[in-house]
Amino acid sequence: MLKRVHFPPSVLPYLLVAPQVIITLVFFIWPASQALYQSFLIEDAFGLSSEFVWFENFVYLWNDEIYLATFWRTGWFSLAVAGLSMSFALVLAGFADRVVRGAMIYRTLLIWPYAVAPVLAGALWVFMFNPTLGIFPYFLEFAGIDWNHYLKSGQAMLLVILAAAWKQVAYNFLFYLAAMQSIPKTVIEAAAIDGAGPIKRFATIIFPLISPTTFFLLVINAVYAFFDTFGIIHAITQGGPAGSTTILVYKVFNDGFVGLDLGGSAAQSVILMFLVISMTVVQFGYVERKVEY
Amino acid sequence: MVERRPFIVFLTHFILVVGVVAIALPIWITFVAASHSEIRMTQVPLPLWPGDQLWVNFKNTLFGNGLEGTETAPVWLMLTNSLVMAMMISIGKIAISLLSAFAIVYFKFPFRMGIFWLIFITLMLPVEVRILPTFEVVAQLGMLNSYWGLTIPLIASATATFMFRQVFLTIPDEMLESARIDGAGPMRFFWDILLPLSRTNIAALFVILFIYGWNQYLWPLLITTDQDMTTIVISIKQMLEVAEASPQWNIVMMVALLAMLPPILVVIGMQKLFVQGLTETDK
Repeated sequence: MLKRVHFPPSVLPYLLVAPQVIITLVFFIWPASQALYQSFLIEDAFGLSSEFVWFENFVYLWNDEIYLATFWRTGWFSLAVAGLSMSFALVLAGFADRVVRGAMIYRTLLIWPYAVAPVLAGALWVFMFNPTLGIFPYFLEFAGIDWNHYLKSGQAMLLVILAAAWKQVAYNFLFYLAAMQSIPKTVIEAAAIDGAGPIKRFATIIFPLISPTTFFLLVINAVYAFFDTFGIIHAITQGGPAGSTTILVYKVFNDGFVGLDLGGSAAQSVILMFLVISMTVVQFGYVERKVEY
Repeated sequence: MVERRPFIVFLTHFILVVGVVAIALPIWITFVAASHSEIRMTQVPLPLWPGDQLWVNFKNTLFGNGLEGTETAPVWLMLTNSLVMAMMISIGKIAISLLSAFAIVYFKFPFRMGIFWLIFITLMLPVEVRILPTFEVVAQLGMLNSYWGLTIPLIASATATFMFRQVFLTIPDEMLESARIDGAGPMRFFWDILLPLSRTNIAALFVILFIYGWNQYLWPLLITTDQDMTTIVISIKQMLEVAEASPQWNIVMMVALLAMLPPILVVIGMQKLFVQGLTETDK
């Protein structure tokens, strides 16, 4: 934590941490405490006066069916994004790990969606699936599927999940490939000599050995789906049709900036804050244990 | 590879190529759309092979009026805004994190651990959970529609501070001892020894932060109401709305292409640093 040898005491360290501390206090701690405070208030319709109501905003959310539906929707949306993009990345990494020469070329060709901004990813997918012009609806029509994500909530959700998973494949692929390449080759060879084929080796050796990576990626992907998909949803569906693709972060934005419900939005922010804190704790707990791996 | 079986080798490459094609398809379709004329882009089915209008669209998008029916700023201006924002965020984050990591590792002072935990807490407060109050703070400070308002609230960084702390802890104590014997003060030591030793870490972090800064969406969306301050990433959303009414997909997709090009070039061009940065900051 601290060096055995260090510089003599002076005001210098305070000056050095000052920029970071000031920004943290002004733009992080103060707004977060404001959110906490506002979550206990109810404002009147004109924003002129406010009343301290303890946990009424939270009780309201707890009884609000729309909020609860959003909560569960966010949960299974995250699971779907994480599951889809991790399994796709796992298969690709499993095969890329077998390539002797050219593995790096495949890596180069697979990693760049990471650099695409979420809202751009949304724009690309909404263009491909544009009901009147898009390429996929054109082909889907031959299969008898009528694609219109502006009207059909299931298709809207599917499109958002696809776009979000597509963007995250690169990240998962990198970590899976790195994890697989760090498995000692001797272990794999020993299993091959004992007669285990490629699929058996993957199922009984490689996959169990990279399970810490799987767990780590599960947390990272959940955080990604919770917070970084705002742009994707904003570009593709704006939370619609009829709120069917609204996730928690989108609802905070919508209720706060569009609906101007300060207390309700602040209470939602506080709930999100607790979710982030628990995810961070899980993530750091994992890092501690990972040392022995 | 352990065994040599031609069929499995074939299957491996086949699956990987299919994967690459699936991943690249959205970008390919964007590129194709950006290379056709406006009229061709309204005829079903849309082309899957590039046309000959790429240069024309590029010129019209970058220097012309861009999309008809919008009042967006010129594309070159939005690209500049994005670049300034990305540079300010990444350099700002690196600078303040280097300084605070230096203070925390090399000095013993009251409240050291308190400050460490204060920085740690920022990890748990992403913009999304404190948007409204942060917006109010920025508005009260008069920083709406300015580069400062766009960047400063985002540049506190726990991950970068932890990473530099980790790097500094691996630098042997003898470095500091010999520097002190030679009469170097703290800042001299920082400039002449610590900075050169953490050069690759800084570069790796820069790659990650540049992408992070360039791709910011929710925050600029709230902070910039003046068209001249919008970034290229924000403008896509506005163009999509216009495209619903009067489709000019060739221009919209050209803007999308221009918006994603700089970060993609950074990832491909500095792949090694990118991978290093990604694995270092997330652990």
